[in-house]
Amino acid sequence: MKKQILSLIILLFSGISIYAQDTEQAQIHGNFQLDAQTYREDLNINAFPADEKMLLNSYSNIIYTKGRFSAGARFEGYLNSMQGFKPANEGVGFPYAWAKFEIDNLEVTVGSFYEQFGSGLVFRAYEEKTLGYDNAMNGIRLRYNIGNGVILKAVYGQQRLMQKIYNNRAQLELGRGIVRGLDGEFFLNELVPFMAKKETQISFGGSFVSKYEIDDDPVYKLPLNVAAGAGRMNVSRGKIDFSAEYAYKSIDPSAAGIDNSNGNVGQSFIYRNGQGALVSASYSQKGLGIYLMAKSIDNMNFRSERNAKLNDLNINSIPDITKNHTYNLASIYPYGTQVNGEAGIRTEISYKFKRKTALGGHYGTIVGFNYSRMFGLKKTQLNDSVLLVSNSGTAGYNSSLLKYGDDLFYEDIVLEVNKKINKKVKSIFILQKLKYNNSIVHGAGEVEGFIDAYVAIADVSYKFTSKKVLRTELQHLYTKQDKGSWAMLMFEYSIPHWFFVLSDQYNYGNEIESNRVHYYNAAVVYNYKANRFQIGYGKVREGVVCTGGVCRRVPASNGITVSITSSF
Amino acid sequence: MKKIIILTILFFSVSMAWSQIPSADVKTLDGKTINTSTISNDGKPIIISFWATWCKPCVKELSAISDVYEDWVDETGVKLIAVSIDNARSMKRVAPYVNGKAWDYEVLLDPNGDFKRVMNVVNVPHTFLIDGKGKVVYQHTSYADGDEEELYELVKKLAAGEKIE
Repeated sequence: MKKQILSLIILLFSGISIYAQDTEQAQIHGNFQLDAQTYREDLNINAFPADEKMLLNSYSNIIYTKGRFSAGARFEGYLNSMQGFKPANEGVGFPYAWAKFEIDNLEVTVGSFYEQFGSGLVFRAYEEKTLGYDNAMNGIRLRYNIGNGVILKAVYGQQRLMQKIYNNRAQLELGRGIVRGLDGEFFLNELVPFMAKKETQISFGGSFVSKYEIDDDPVYKLPLNVAAGAGRMNVSRGKIDFSAEYAYKSIDPSAAGIDNSNGNVGQSFIYRNGQGALVSASYSQKGLGIYLMAKSIDNMNFRSERNAKLNDLNINSIPDITKNHTYNLASIYPYGTQVNGEAGIRTEISYKFKRKTALGGHYGTIVGFNYSRMFGLKKTQLNDSVLLVSNSGTAGYNSSLLKYGDDLFYEDIVLEVNKKINKKVKSIFILQKLKYNNSIVHGAGEVEGFIDAYVAIADVSYKFTSKKVLRTELQHLYTKQDKGSWAMLMFEYSIPHWFFVLSDQYNYGNEIESNRVHYYNAAVVYNYKANRFQIGYGKVREGVVCTGGVCRRVPASNGITVSITSSF
Repeated sequence: MKKIIILTILFFSVSMAWSQIPSADVKTLDGKTINTSTISNDGKPIIISFWATWCKPCVKELSAISDVYEDWVDETGVKLIAVSIDNARSMKRVAPYVNGKAWDYEVLLDPNGDFKRVMNVVNVPHTFLIDGKGKVVYQHTSYADGDEEELYELVKKLAAGEKIE
């Protein structure tokens, strides 16, 4: 149905030119992405074979534009879905299709869309293909640029759950709840005349979001409508920037909103409101950057179905504020946002020692320091089991965004030195100390308690000529807990258009001798303009990939991987 | 159904050449929202580079260009716009990061990937070269040492009014 509408629209608009757009030529652009992998059994690393031998995920976006009209669709193919993606999408289809047009300053989008209000504390629809995350809205979005620095947005729709096969046909399955929201943003320097020439730049914003879901629970009387609101501000003046956001959510009992206050582990469907705050400040000048961020979150699970879990049907997105590690061994233990209650800070300082000073040397030295700490809120459990009287459950616990408990969730201290040694050699050295509360961040069924890890990394590039470079990574992680210590060596050789990569991760410190496995990998990458081809072979260790507070468990695997991306 | 779409497209002779920068809302570092269709450089070439603070090759590319950027601007009038796709987790880190590195680029924030999507970017780094009329004439993904020299050869051609295949 959607496809029919789409082609009708295309037909209409490429034939009939509206108003003064005769001169504007219609255009088609898009991209293509394919990832495929073979799976061999490898019991040493816990890798399981695939019945299909090979699994494949593929996407392609096609966007049509003519003047102020555009329309697009995304092809998605899961043949079958690669291991580790949840939900495991099925089949081939076009689950994302949209049309958009602008009339004066009003922009109307119908069909599928993504959108974010502020930092996303109450509303964020987005996709992250590497995580298999996609909570696209399906419905209507209006955006009105009033001018004078005022922009209003409205959204109304249902969220994507997954692409699923019914009666041998892949269809888009939506969550049953309805989500609607309003957002306003005001840039004071354009709105208020006397602010126009001021150096200080100020903006304000506010949003309101509401979801509706039927109540078919036999016991509880559940709220049909749940409201959430947020207010934000940003002030910047030259080298200084400050921003803050506060969010509130009304009572929203749900399966994922879990009361984990003292001794009350895992009670869901609590009758309690939620709130959250996010504050950040930074100061920077040439060669110096200081950055500080703090957050406190309580009971902010917000989904368009009460029974949704994992990464399904999130209406909001609470950002993780800890440092995003990209080196392999530094990212073995990534933090994941604890939406039901957490607080924390992150601070980062980077400084460049000038050239030709004692610490700067010939080219200057950049030193970075990062400290992150996440911990639990102080929660006092309530004894209010009033279920039989009012058909509502317990309010769970008492807490405050400013009162913290003794539970440490995560602590990360990182020192990074970036140094060009001579014309041919560049280097990066990293030291990291990590304390990781595995019971909290990973949850049940894992190693209980804390993991203390110490990581050291050297990343050295050697230039043979300006276009032939060998980069070597030497990494080490020391720990006595979990799977023990790791060592890793990687070589990456690049010449124009080509990359050749060889690496080995060795779990030499594993207590179980047969698990002291070498995870070797080899890959060749070819780039030409906007096309990229990659083929690799090797073993992947079991782990977690996280981006912006969302994580995906990657199962161990052994096989050949192929990946192609292209834009046109 | 797909056949009908393809037929329709063929029939009405749609171009695959870019003729304008697509429209999306992005933010400047001081919090102002601007629309990307208003991006211009007085008829001179523009480089749009999608990057993120957590992306090592992106930072390598922008650092390498930064070393020679002054010469590029003097010789061709080119302007580089660095579009950060950092999300709410690291978006506020972009300003101190850019200042700390002393980059002279115009920096825009695209925290929910709106501009990234209309430009069909899959991974970062992804760099576009745009001529004086707003037409994309070249794009490439990924970064290897020395790639910026190839890019600059094209910028010089554009500035001299030559055509790029």
